[in-house]
Amino acid sequence: MAIDSLVLGAGQEVGKSCVVVTINGKRIMFDCGMHMGHLDHQRYPDFSLIPKPEPDQNFDHALTCIIITHFHLDHVGALPYFTEVCGYRGPIYMTYPTKALAPIMLEDYRKVMVERRGEEEQFSSDHIAECMKKVIPVDLKQTVQVDKDLQIRAYYAGHVLGAAMFYAKVGDAAMVYTGDYNMTPDRHLGAAQIERLNLDLLISESTYGTTIRDSKYAREREFLRAVHKCVAGGGKVLIPTFALGRAQELCILLEDYWERMNLKVPIYFSAGLTLQANMYYKMLISWTSQKVKETYSTRNAFDFKNAHKFDRSMIDAPGPCVLFATPGMISGGFSLEVFKHWAPSEMNLVTLPGYCVAGTIGHKLMSGKPTKIDLDKDTQIDVRCQIHHLSFSPHTDAKGIMDLIKFLSPKNVILVHGEKPKMATLKGKIQSELGIQCYDPANNETVSISSTHYVKALASDAFIRSCLNPNFKFSKSSQEDEHGSNSRNNNSTPRLRVSDERVAEGVLVMERNKKAKVVHQDELLLMLGEKKHQVQFAYCCPVDIGNLGETKSSTTNDGQLCKSETCSRLLRQLSAKLSNEFSQGNIQDFEDHLQVESFHVSICLKNNCPYRLMDVQNKSQEAAFFCCSWGMADEKLAWKIISICQNLNVHQHKQGCL
Amino acid sequence: MALGGHLTTLAWPTWLTAYCRNILRTEQSRIGGSDSKSCLSKGGGYHFPPCHILNICGFSILLDCPLDLSALTIFSPIPASSKASSLDKENPSCPNRSGSSDLEEPMVRKRQKVEKPLDADDLIYAEPWYKTVKNLHLWNVSFIDVVLISSPTGMLGLPFLTRMKGFSAKIYVTEATARLGQLMMEDLVSMHLEIRQFFGPEESSFPQWMKWEDLTLLPSSLKEVALGKDGGELGGWLSLYSAADVKDCMQKVLRLKYAEEICYNSTLIIKAFSSGLEIGSCNWTINGPKGGVGFISSSIFDSAHAMNFDYNALRGNDIIIYSDFSFSDTTEHVESGYDNSIPTTCNRSSLRNYENDCQELAKSLLNVDEGLEERDKLAFICSCVIDSVKAGGSVLIPISRLGIVLLLLEQISTSLDVSTLKVPMYIISSLAEEFLAFSNIIPEWLCKQRQEKLFSGEPLFAHAKLVNEKKLHVFPAVHSPKLLMNWQEPCIVFSPHWSLRLGPAVHLLQRWSGDQNSLLILESGPDVDLALLPFKPMEMKVLECSFLSGIRLQNVEPLLKILQPKVVLLPKDLKQISSLKSNSCSTFHYCINETLRIPSLKDNSELEIATDLASQFNWRNLKQENINMTRLKGELCVDHGRQRLSTGNQESSESRPLVHWGSPDLEKLLVVLSNRGIKATLGDAFGSESESASLVHVHDPNQALIEVRTTSTVISTAHESLASIIFEAIGSVLDGV
Repeated sequence: MAIDSLVLGAGQEVGKSCVVVTINGKRIMFDCGMHMGHLDHQRYPDFSLIPKPEPDQNFDHALTCIIITHFHLDHVGALPYFTEVCGYRGPIYMTYPTKALAPIMLEDYRKVMVERRGEEEQFSSDHIAECMKKVIPVDLKQTVQVDKDLQIRAYYAGHVLGAAMFYAKVGDAAMVYTGDYNMTPDRHLGAAQIERLNLDLLISESTYGTTIRDSKYAREREFLRAVHKCVAGGGKVLIPTFALGRAQELCILLEDYWERMNLKVPIYFSAGLTLQANMYYKMLISWTSQKVKETYSTRNAFDFKNAHKFDRSMIDAPGPCVLFATPGMISGGFSLEVFKHWAPSEMNLVTLPGYCVAGTIGHKLMSGKPTKIDLDKDTQIDVRCQIHHLSFSPHTDAKGIMDLIKFLSPKNVILVHGEKPKMATLKGKIQSELGIQCYDPANNETVSISSTHYVKALASDAFIRSCLNPNFKFSKSSQEDEHGSNSRNNNSTPRLRVSDERVAEGVLVMERNKKAKVVHQDELLLMLGEKKHQVQFAYCCPVDIGNLGETKSSTTNDGQLCKSETCSRLLRQLSAKLSNEFSQGNIQDFEDHLQVESFHVSICLKNNCPYRLMDVQNKSQEAAFFCCSWGMADEKLAWKIISICQNLNVHQHKQGCL
Repeated sequence: MALGGHLTTLAWPTWLTAYCRNILRTEQSRIGGSDSKSCLSKGGGYHFPPCHILNICGFSILLDCPLDLSALTIFSPIPASSKASSLDKENPSCPNRSGSSDLEEPMVRKRQKVEKPLDADDLIYAEPWYKTVKNLHLWNVSFIDVVLISSPTGMLGLPFLTRMKGFSAKIYVTEATARLGQLMMEDLVSMHLEIRQFFGPEESSFPQWMKWEDLTLLPSSLKEVALGKDGGELGGWLSLYSAADVKDCMQKVLRLKYAEEICYNSTLIIKAFSSGLEIGSCNWTINGPKGGVGFISSSIFDSAHAMNFDYNALRGNDIIIYSDFSFSDTTEHVESGYDNSIPTTCNRSSLRNYENDCQELAKSLLNVDEGLEERDKLAFICSCVIDSVKAGGSVLIPISRLGIVLLLLEQISTSLDVSTLKVPMYIISSLAEEFLAFSNIIPEWLCKQRQEKLFSGEPLFAHAKLVNEKKLHVFPAVHSPKLLMNWQEPCIVFSPHWSLRLGPAVHLLQRWSGDQNSLLILESGPDVDLALLPFKPMEMKVLECSFLSGIRLQNVEPLLKILQPKVVLLPKDLKQISSLKSNSCSTFHYCINETLRIPSLKDNSELEIATDLASQFNWRNLKQENINMTRLKGELCVDHGRQRLSTGNQESSESRPLVHWGSPDLEKLLVVLSNRGIKATLGDAFGSESESASLVHVHDPNQALIEVRTTSTVISTAHESLASIIFEAIGSVLDGV
C-alpha cells in the first residue's frame, strides 16, 4: 500500500497551498489556496493534474473530500473557483471559525480584485455563498467519518482563529497535514495541540524552517512603546491590517495597555467590516487561548471598550488616535487613502505587518527608508512619518517544527509552504537528527511513500486469552535483566530473575470462502474434527561407566543394588552437569528421571529396549543407558543433552584430574 | 438466544451486563395522589434521567448520576401559615381547593376516603435534604471505572459520588454539559445556602424529620416519597454537597468535544454524539474489540436550539441500549400517531435495499414535525403571558429547562414588541449571566438554524441584544440592590427553582400568589398540587406546560430499523412495542434494580496482523478440503480497541510442524523415505500392549527404528540428521502444523 502526495501548490514556495493525497484509494485535497504574487493562471493550483478515474469525469469522482485548514487566502482562495467554476460538488470540511471567516476574506479579496484593480472576476459573491453552503463545519477533535473508510479529525493549530491541523486515516494508513501552525501561544490564541498518533506521513509547513525566534513579549513591548510615544506626542498611528486575525490580536494588546496606562486616546476601526469581524470573534471565543476564553461571561475580550468606528471625515481631525485600516500592506483602498494624509507628518506612525508582497507600498516602506513614494505617474507622497516594523508572525519557528516532528515521529515527512533553500536545510536536519525520511517536492511533483497495512483475521477467545497469560521465565543469570526480578519464589537464590515475556502463539487457519481465523493450538484438532497423532523421538543412549562401575563393584557385592545406586548417582551427575551447561533451562529432577522441557531422560533398566539401536548395542557391555524421549519442539536441546550424556564420563574424569 | 456455552470466556468476558435503576414515572405519579392527567410525568425524564451501570469488556460504566429534585416537594420553604389551618383540616372540603376540584380524578377521591387531604402543615418544615439514586450507595464506588454523563441534569448527583473515598473513575462529559452542569450545581448550592441561612445551622447531622417517629407521622403520600414504596429509599437522602465538593468534582471531569474519540484503557473507544435534548446533551457509543454498544438517552429529532439527535452516528452498533423514558408520558400521542404511515413503511422494507430504506425511514422520522408542535406550545405560552401582563398581572416562569428559557426569551420579547407593551423581563438566578453568555459562544452544540446565525455574523441567541436594549435585566438574586432600583411591575420573571422549594421563585410566588391577574407557568410534573401546597390559597393563575423531552413512541421502531442493531435493550415499560417486526434483532427488557445479562454476540474478535509478520508465514496445505494453515508467533498488543499482532522480539518461528493428525500410510512412508535416500524395511508388528504397533527399520545411512501406532509415532535413532529427515518424511504422510 502506498500514499501518493501530489503537491499542487506551496511546493518549495509560499502561496497557493494545495496538496492532493491519495491514501488507500481515497483522495483528499488539503487546502485550496491562491497565490498573491501571481495574476495569471499561476495564481491557482493546476487542478487538471488531479488524477481522474475516467478522463471526462468531473472532480466529484476524482476527490473524496476537500479539507481547508484555515481562512487565509493562500489556503482557501481558490476554493470558490474550484467548486463553482471547475464544478466540484463533493464534501468540504473546515472548522467552525474557518467556515464563518473564510467568506469574509474571499469577499474582501474579490472586491479588491474587481473594484480596485478592475480585473475580470474569477468568481462572484454568489459563487462564494454557494461554495460555503457545501462546507461541513467540524469541531476540534471531532472524529468525522467522511465515508465508510475515511476518518478525519481536526487538531488545534494556533496560527489564526480556527486554524487546524488535520488527521486523516484510511484503513491502517494515517497521516497529518498541518496547514500553518504556531507552537507558542500568542496574545489571543493558544499553541498548537495534537496527540501522539501512529503516522505514516506528516505534511508540515516550513515558513520559518531555519529561524529560531526569541520571546514575543519583547517585540510586543517595543510595539506598544512606539505607539505610546506617538500618541503621547499627539501623533496618529496607522495600522494597516487585514480584517481578521492580526487586527484583533493587536487590539487586545492595545486595550490591555490602554487600561493599564489609563490612556484615553481613541482606537478606531476603519470600516464596518472589521467591527463585524469582532462579532465573529466574540462568538468563537472558545477557539482562542485559555486566558482570553475565560473572559467570556464577565466581559468578552473581543468587546473592545476603546474601539470605535472610524469615519472618513475624521482623517484630518486634530488630536492623536490609533487606526486599524484595511487592507494590510497598504496595497490600496482605505489604508492607502489614510496613508496619503498621514505620511507627510513626522509626528505620525505607520506600523507594518511581518510580510508584504512585492509591489505594495508596504513592501516599499519596509525595504529601506524612502522619503518619497511614487504612487503613480502623477502622485508622489512625502514620507516623513515614523515606520515601525511588526516582527511577530503566527508561524512556528524551526524549533517548533522539529519538536512537532519529534513528538509525532511519523515514518515520513513532506515539507511544504517554505522557501526552497530553507526547506533543504530543514530537510537535512530532520533526516540527520531525527532519522526520519523527509521530502521537499516542488510544485506538481508527486511523492510516493509506503504505508502501514495490517492483515485482518478473526481471533478465538482461547487464543487471545493464551496471549494474555503470564509467561514467566526463571533464570539464574547474573546479567542485567530489564524485567524486574520476582522475589516470591522461595527456593531460589537471590539472583533468580523472573521475566514475563508474553508470547502470542497460535495457528492461522484459512478455509476457502471463510475469513481467516487464528486459534490456539489446542483448539485446532477440535475445529478440524481430527485426532492428534503424536510424533516423538526416542533414543536409548549408552554411557560408558567404566571407572565408576569398577569402583562401585569393588565395594559392594549385591550387583542389583549397586546398579540402582549407580543409576541414581548417574542421574544426579547428569543433572548437575546439565544445570551447569544450561543456565536458563528449567531442569526438573524427579528422582527416577529428569525433565527438561519435553525432554525426558531416565536410566534404562530394560535389557532389550527397542530404542537401543543395534549398531551401538555392541559397543560396550559395561555401559549404562540413558533412555531419552522428546518432542520435535525441543529437537536442538535434545541433541545437546544427548551429546552431554555421551560425554558425561569423559568430563567426569577430566574434572577429577583438576 | 441461548445464554449457555460462553462460560469458558470469563477472563475475556463476553457478557455484558446492564444494571439499571430508573425511577418509574408512572409509579411516582400515583404517590402524590391529587393530580393525574396523562401527560403529568412529562419532563420527569428531563430533570431526573435514568441511571445505569453497564459492564462491558470487564469495565464498569456508570451512565448518569442524577438527583431526584422532585422529591424536594415534601419540604416546605415557608412556615405553615397558622394554627388556624389545622382547624380547617377537620373540614375535608377546604374552600381554597375549590378552584382545582374539577381536575381531581376518581383515584384521588378514593384516597380521600381513607385519609384527609394534604395540608401545608403536613409538609416538612426543615432544611431540605436531597434524594439521590438509592442503590448507587450500595455499589462500591471504587469498582466503577468510567462515568458517562449524558446531560446537565444527569450530573447533579455527581459531587456525592466524587467525594466518596475510593472513587477513581474517569468521568467523561461533553464540554457544554460540563459547563452547564457546573452552573446548575453551583446554583443549587447557592440557593440551598440561602434557605439554610433561614433555618439556621443544624443541631445534628441527622435531621429531626428523618427520625423514625417523625417519619411515621407523615401522610402516606409524603412517606412514599421519603421512603420509597418498600421503605428502602430513605438511605438515598443526603444533605447537599458544598461548593468545594462541586469544585472538586469538576476537577475530576474530563471534557469532550463533539464526537471526540477517547480511548479508555486501550480497549474501549468512547464517543459522544448530540441527543438534541439540551445544549451539550449526548448519546454514547462504546466500542470494544468485540463490537459496539450505542446508548440512547432522551433524544429529540428536531430541536429549536440544541444540535439535533445524531442517530446516524449510532448506526453499526451491535447493541443498542434504549434509555429514553419519556415514552411513558406520551400515550396520547401514540394513539393519534399510529395511523401514520410508519408501520407500512416497515412492512415493505424487505424488498428494498437498505440505503433506500434508511432514507425513507429517516424521512418518516422527521415527518412527524415535532418542532412545529413545540413552536405552537411556545406561541401559546406567549399569548398567555401577553394576556396576563395586559391585565396588569406579573408572570413567573420557574422553568429550568435551559433551552426553553432561551426560546421563551426570544418569543416573549417579540410578542411584547408586536403588542407594543413595555413590560420588563427579568432573569433572577445566580447562573443567569454566565449561562446567557455561554449560550452565545457555543455554536458547535447548537442546531443548524442557530449555526447559520454564526456564519452570517449574527448573535446565536437574541438575549444579548435584549440586555443591551434594557428590555431584559439579569440579576443574581432577589436581594440584589440593582434589582430593587430597577424593579417594575407588572413584569415577566424567569427564576429557579422548578420544584418551588428553592430560589427566588419562592419569594415571588409568595408575593403574587394572591393576585388573580398574575400567572405562574410551570412545567407539568408528577404532582403540581403538592408543589403548590405551601403557597395556598392561590389566586394566581397556573399554566402547566409539557415539553417534548424524548423520542415519541411511534418513532422508536423506525429508529431501530435504521440503527439495525443485533440486540436491543428496552425498558420493561416498552413491552408494548416488543413486537418489533425486524427479525434480525433480538430484544431484551430491563427493569429497575435488576441486572440483565446480554449474550455474547461474537466468539471471535478482530485481530490485525502486521504485514512483516504475515510475510513470514509458512503456509501448509492440508490434504483434505481446501484448508491452508500456518503457525504464527508474535506479540499481542491492544491499542485503541484494536488487537494487533506484531513480530515482537522473538526469533523467527520454527518452520516444522509441532502438531500432527491423521494416521500414516506405511507404504507411502517407505516410498517417501527411499526418495530421500533412506533404505528401510517394514518390520513385524508387535502387539504386546493393548495397542498394536508397526515397526519400520532403517538400515542406511544409519540405524533407526520407527514405531508407528494409530495415534503416535516414535522415531528412534542416534543420528540427529537422520532423525530430522525421518521426521519430515512422517510429516509428509500426516497432516500437521
